[in-house]
Amino acid sequence: MRLTRACLIALLIAFGIALGGAGVHAASLEEALAHFTSDDFSETAAGIGEVAASGSPRAEKIIRALQDGQLMFSAERKAVYLKDDSGNLVDAASGQPLAGPAPDDVDTVRLNNRLRGVIDGALGGLTLLSPDAGARFDAAQAVFKSRQVSALPTLEAALAKERDPRVKRALAEAHAAITLLGDDAPDQAKIAAVEVVRDRGDQDALALLASLPVATSAPVLKAAAAAISAIQNRLALWNAVQNAWYGMSLGSVLLLAAIGLAITFGVMGVINMAHGEMVMLGAYSTFAVQEVIRAYNPQLFDYSLVIAIPLAFAVSGLVGILIERCIIRFLYGRPLETLLATWGLSLILQQAVRSTFGAHNSDVGSPSWMSGAFELGGITITYNRLWIICFALVVFIALLAILRFTRFGLEMRAVTQNRPMAASMGIRTSRVDALTFGLGSGIAGMAGVALSQIDNVSPNLGQGYIIDSFMVVVFGGVGNLWGTLVGSFVLGIANKFLEPYAGAVLGKIAILVLIILFIQKRPRGMFALRGRAVEA
Amino acid sequence: MIKTTDAVGERPRGRRWLAAAAGLALGLTAALPAQAEDTIKVGILHSLSGTMAISETTLKDVVLMLIDEQNKKGGLLGKKLEAVVVDPASNWPLFAEKARELISKDKVAVVFGCWTSVSRKSVLPVFKELNSLLFYPVQYEGEESERNVIYTGAAPNQQAIPAVDYLAGPEGGNVKRWVLEGTDYVYPRTTNKILEAYLKDVLKVKPEDIMINYTPFGFSDWQTEVAAIKKFGSAGKKTAVVSTINGDANVPFYKELGNQGIKATDIPVVAFSVGEEELAGLDTKPLVGHLAAWNYFESIKTPANEAFIKAWHEFIKNPKRTTNDPMEAHYIGFNMWVKAVEKVKSTDPDKVIEALPGTKAPNLTGGVSELLPNHHITKPVYIGEIRPDGQFDVVWKTKSLVPGAAWSPHLPGSKDLEADWVKLKCGNYNKVTQKCGGA
Repeated sequence: MRLTRACLIALLIAFGIALGGAGVHAASLEEALAHFTSDDFSETAAGIGEVAASGSPRAEKIIRALQDGQLMFSAERKAVYLKDDSGNLVDAASGQPLAGPAPDDVDTVRLNNRLRGVIDGALGGLTLLSPDAGARFDAAQAVFKSRQVSALPTLEAALAKERDPRVKRALAEAHAAITLLGDDAPDQAKIAAVEVVRDRGDQDALALLASLPVATSAPVLKAAAAAISAIQNRLALWNAVQNAWYGMSLGSVLLLAAIGLAITFGVMGVINMAHGEMVMLGAYSTFAVQEVIRAYNPQLFDYSLVIAIPLAFAVSGLVGILIERCIIRFLYGRPLETLLATWGLSLILQQAVRSTFGAHNSDVGSPSWMSGAFELGGITITYNRLWIICFALVVFIALLAILRFTRFGLEMRAVTQNRPMAASMGIRTSRVDALTFGLGSGIAGMAGVALSQIDNVSPNLGQGYIIDSFMVVVFGGVGNLWGTLVGSFVLGIANKFLEPYAGAVLGKIAILVLIILFIQKRPRGMFALRGRAVEA
Repeated sequence: MIKTTDAVGERPRGRRWLAAAAGLALGLTAALPAQAEDTIKVGILHSLSGTMAISETTLKDVVLMLIDEQNKKGGLLGKKLEAVVVDPASNWPLFAEKARELISKDKVAVVFGCWTSVSRKSVLPVFKELNSLLFYPVQYEGEESERNVIYTGAAPNQQAIPAVDYLAGPEGGNVKRWVLEGTDYVYPRTTNKILEAYLKDVLKVKPEDIMINYTPFGFSDWQTEVAAIKKFGSAGKKTAVVSTINGDANVPFYKELGNQGIKATDIPVVAFSVGEEELAGLDTKPLVGHLAAWNYFESIKTPANEAFIKAWHEFIKNPKRTTNDPMEAHYIGFNMWVKAVEKVKSTDPDKVIEALPGTKAPNLTGGVSELLPNHHITKPVYIGEIRPDGQFDVVWKTKSLVPGAAWSPHLPGSKDLEADWVKLKCGNYNKVTQKCGGA
């Protein structure tokens, strides 16, 4: 019953739109708007179709308001309103401000996913002739996805006068999509359409070609099959590129998490189980910075991460120095005790954060320059991953530079290579130890800023990274920063190439098995230190 | 309550003396737990630290609130209720230890607790051995019915299967291709097994149109999985994701979907573990339009729900705190327990367990839930869409309350089993062999 009714309504909409598209006003705007007052999804769908077909200059505004949740209705008065930016109600049909008091039962016209699809299609049809090229491009894409036959006349008109090549191609693709799914186009036109879609070459194109109607003739189907295999071949190639990119991205995350540990564990030899909590502290510093910015100066939000980086370094670094001074310095040379003490410390830090900030995930937002993605050939590159890769490399280079070119770096290398000799040269080794541990912890804190963008900021954040960090440092070679760099990228890429075949769980196990085998062969990791430092 | 007014009103001679002595004793031994005899103890077994604290702390608070409200109404059987809170710290063996402590040492009359299935499984033997009563408030994988446990959360047929039905129907977009994406542990694995059987046998979905994938706990690098979903969704048929991804791993998953440009209109995701509590204080932009299936949403407007939310905000002293489905389950369970105790005038677990089936208690969405002989309850099922403010818009609901089924008819191992603690006195009665004791 419900189904047949929905079908009937859908048919009616199709009819309404077809008529409207042909230039006949199927229903007046007022009649169309009446559909929105019943709070029923099928009625709303009918309303969208009729508003779009009404030809009214207000149609686009009304549908946009519906999309943004600004279209209100009153069931009691059978009236539909727009809510403007200041929250006042405006009559939807006339655009006049509401006279007298607002009705009591004003509510938003509700949407579901099916309706959002209908809206996208309707808006696409309405904005195909927009003066803005970007809007026309989006409209063409929307029509390509919705494949509404009713948009065909407008589409042809737009295609005829389009000058921008990018928009023209998008319009041609949308036209091809409608041609392919319609029944009345000749085979010749359909085969041409298949070629247009083939040249688009992405997964949406694949989806379109795979869903041709049953009635499609044999030559067209043959052309479509050829196009599908062409697209698939092309996508398979891009697939490998994509895996490599994902691997680099995972590698950069591993590098960020492990690089601080490469200092504390790799260079100083301290098994620091609270390393993950330093990362977590960094992430919570980001959260704190964003909270302050939200409260006092929201315009600065896009700079919140830039502000958070030095702060996170300072917070985690200071906590690191504190830990070294209060606990670890009494435990040098006793790895088991260090392991247990820092493990306990990690639990304390977690619970402390849980008590202060709550057990909930904290809301760390993404600045606008880290949201979204762009297409490069056949792969999607997301900005947040791209920035994290850059950030990881910058941190790595900066750390190398500190070790290599600063006095502190020199002292640090001296102390780790030969402690008594460095001490006799007048270096205060205990101070260097504290600062080195602080440096490693501070870098972990900066990693926390980056990880807050891709992971949940919760008290458990660090736990997820501690094992991976040790894995990278041991695999790369203890005491060697270059080993950490290469190790993290090798593990990241290997993981991402295994994952599509073995699944995430088995992939991870396979990586661990491979590392065990590798360590059997080369116990000191990929880049083993040689010479005196090994014995020290 | 009644008893105390009696005592105040009449005060027979003998009792006056007793009261005086009691008063004296109370005064003398103020340091001792003198109230022990006058209260009914209610155990609360929810993690307050560790990974599960994020979800379970709220449940502890809601039981405290319910106890508080009951005490304001005069308590139960003339006695005050007293909460005994323990912290099993998200540690499964510790759950069993703490349960034992609650039952044998604190002598609680009933326990409200557990979240994960592992924790429930780990306390089961303790509740059986010491013959006590547990109210379990979380949606779970089913395939269980125990004499000592009352399941007030949803069984798969009260959440997963209606959600799939919705998506396969015209309102949900006539989905033809299904991705079952879950975290790798018992709840997603069993639920997906039931769903897979249901999709194949009932909805006649071809095996190549079903993709099942599992990820580890706390997984955060979803790039490959989301790319695979995108690829799977490009076969020209409407595709949807049924997500049994647990807790923390959800947010990076939705973020990655958003980043890779998959919108809810293209490939909707219906989740069984994402509720108001998980969305609270999160960047909900990438999640808007995706779906969740529950038996309760905070946004449902009924007088009972509004009163509950108001009471909750007053109790927790924070108007921003949300309510969610397991909280409602505790609300229903607590009221059922109170009714059963009042009926038998005793908190003895045997008597209460006997009296519980058939007990009715109003839920917060306008209906009345009933405890069935299989120790599950009847619940309505709602599908909600995530709104930008972290709440849900109900887009679909079942016409009537759905009775919870302990054993799924879609699994070969459990389709002959029946749970009935009233007539059969058995949680896994085999209808074919006519024996109690499983397949």
